[in-house]
Amino acid sequence: MTYRPELLATASSLEELSRLLAAGADAFVIGESRYGTRLAGEFTREMMKEAVSLAHAEGARIYAAVNNIIDNALLPDLPDYVAFLHEAGVDAIVFGDPAVLMAAKAHAPGMALHWNTEMTSTNYATAEYWARRGATRYVLARELNMEQIEDTKAKSKLEIQVQVHGMTNIYHSKRSLVQSYLEHKEDPERIPDAELERGLYMMEADRPDERYPIYEDESGTHVMSSSDICMLENMQELLAAGVDSFKIEGIMKPIEYNERVISAYRKAIDAYLADPAGYRFQEEWLDSIKELQDPKRELSYGFFYKEQVY
Amino acid sequence: MTTGTKTKPRYQGKRNRLDRPELLAPAGNLEKLKFAIHYGADAVYIGGQKYGLRSNADNFSFEEMREGVEFANRYGAKVFVATNIYAHNEDIEGIEEYLRKLEEVGISAIIAADPIIIETAQRVAPKLEVHLSTQQSTMNWQAVKFWKDEGLPRVVLARETSFEEIEEIKKNVDIEIEAFIHGAMCSSYSGRCVLSNHFTDRDSNRGGCCQSCRWKYDLFVDDAPMYEQGEDQFTMGSKDLCMIEYMPELIEVGVDSFKIEGRMKSIHYVATVVNVYRQAIDAYFADPEGYVLKREWVEEINKAANRPLNTGFFLDTPGTEDHIYGPEDKAAPYDFAGIVLDYDDCTGFATLQQRNHFKVGQEVEFVGPGGTFFKQTVTELTDEAGASLDVARHPMQVVRVRTLKPVKAMDMMRKKIR
Repeated sequence: MTYRPELLATASSLEELSRLLAAGADAFVIGESRYGTRLAGEFTREMMKEAVSLAHAEGARIYAAVNNIIDNALLPDLPDYVAFLHEAGVDAIVFGDPAVLMAAKAHAPGMALHWNTEMTSTNYATAEYWARRGATRYVLARELNMEQIEDTKAKSKLEIQVQVHGMTNIYHSKRSLVQSYLEHKEDPERIPDAELERGLYMMEADRPDERYPIYEDESGTHVMSSSDICMLENMQELLAAGVDSFKIEGIMKPIEYNERVISAYRKAIDAYLADPAGYRFQEEWLDSIKELQDPKRELSYGFFYKEQVY
Repeated sequence: MTTGTKTKPRYQGKRNRLDRPELLAPAGNLEKLKFAIHYGADAVYIGGQKYGLRSNADNFSFEEMREGVEFANRYGAKVFVATNIYAHNEDIEGIEEYLRKLEEVGISAIIAADPIIIETAQRVAPKLEVHLSTQQSTMNWQAVKFWKDEGLPRVVLARETSFEEIEEIKKNVDIEIEAFIHGAMCSSYSGRCVLSNHFTDRDSNRGGCCQSCRWKYDLFVDDAPMYEQGEDQFTMGSKDLCMIEYMPELIEVGVDSFKIEGRMKSIHYVATVVNVYRQAIDAYFADPEGYVLKREWVEEINKAANRPLNTGFFLDTPGTEDHIYGPEDKAAPYDFAGIVLDYDDCTGFATLQQRNHFKVGQEVEFVGPGGTFFKQTVTELTDEAGASLDVARHPMQVVRVRTLKPVKAMDMMRKKIR
């Protein structure tokens, strides 16, 4: 079988989706914040259908994020939403909660299921566990290193997805921590709505160069990484390992930036596939990203080459 | 977002079971295990050398587990082992052997989050019960049902679950529900935090948590500090959970196991907290209609607490007054001073093992299981041989103290520190 890895993007709007499609994205994770967590933008049901038709016309795929930590109150709405996704022609459902798995099996038969709990999808054996219960893809935790990724790919029959670019979530609370603090400061109106666009970040005195974006939404408080993963220079390692999907996380980034990123990774992947042995990383691919990179956010290798202790 | 816990109405639960719930206590080592059980825990949970989330605790060897299980058996109590990491590939080899060994030494249940540990236990150590850890952040009944269908007899709910949500879960699924009722809390969804990984390269989901949520941060909007840097800073640290005022509600909503957090906490803390909840549960079952919260229970808990307390998510989503801004800890007003080893009826002297400096003239309290309790001043203090002392200054030193009333082995003596 020919190796055709996927370049997976996020989208904040139909406009971004069209532009990233043109830039070379093969698939998109989008959704509605009622069901999905930390989305780049909101896609209503109408927009979802539109996205599917835009993507399918170009041979691309749409994955619906249904990866919230689900509470009882959401359960009655899951079957209908999942059935809608099925009917709309969505190509896969991204889930972390077993309740979604059960709803999808019952109301979206045959739907591809991507298991993604973000921080806690950490080993191949657990991937196989979810495979036996219907998952078709395993989205690896960003805290894994290259060796663990290669090993997981080698040992798993599932599709393996790895985030290669952008911000990651590092903390999720159900509490509204920013609002609580502002009330403590008796300044609750200071940021009436601590949303994505606010440019709010936290900093710790011993790490003055690290700016951790923090925002709130209906699912609580989210703290994001201070640097952006960028594995562009080392894509050949992940391609050689046979990783099936390369995720570009576009949350909290301008469309122009995401366009550059998608286009750069597209070039790298295409160059590798055309001639794996003769593949050479081109500095200009990275330069095109760096031109639009927020100077206060470093491009980093994330945990790809780190050894962690515990 | 609601704030203000002071005026919240009490939860109006319906009684739907009368079986006595289990009181489940942490035990960081063998001595703590013995005290937790002696003071009234129906079960304790401990950590072994591997696969647990407290890599800094002095975790149990298999030999110590065996001894712990023997001790527990004498009280009809059970021992659970936390195997609640999210495993990485390199952790997988050895899981089978470890779980078989737990079964062999008489452990009743494991508390697991990673499905591969769950499935492996079911396959190789069928006598071990598997309880789903709070690290799975389970808070809806469909997910609870999923785990029941997977063969698990018990789910430890996410700490974010409210009374009403617990009631709905109990109504929809016939399974044992375990809930944290006391102790420190992650302010994040458990398991959904890698601050330690990012700040210190320590893997929080394998036991390396360095509690970065309790650090102080400055907030900036578009590069401008929101407030003066370093002053009264932002933090994500939560007050500790304490549900002593809501025992009837917890029992009536059908929680099957009341869990106390704190494998890293002291003997004094664990024994004191267990002692209080034991009394409350027993008082309720002795006379549900006539149950009243005793003021001394709350006072006792405050003597051990080292952070301010709140009710977590049981009543409402925590707000401003549920987080700790400013100084992190409040010092407990009492300090553990000694353990009673023996008591001589004829002389009225207790033999004590010193656990903290105390001296003649100092005000102390004696506490034992069931709340036996009196205050006195240390009047006569001798060493083991009977030579008079002014001060018990050596850690673990065996001394004798004349007590106002008879005491028993494993009673605790504490001293007032402010």
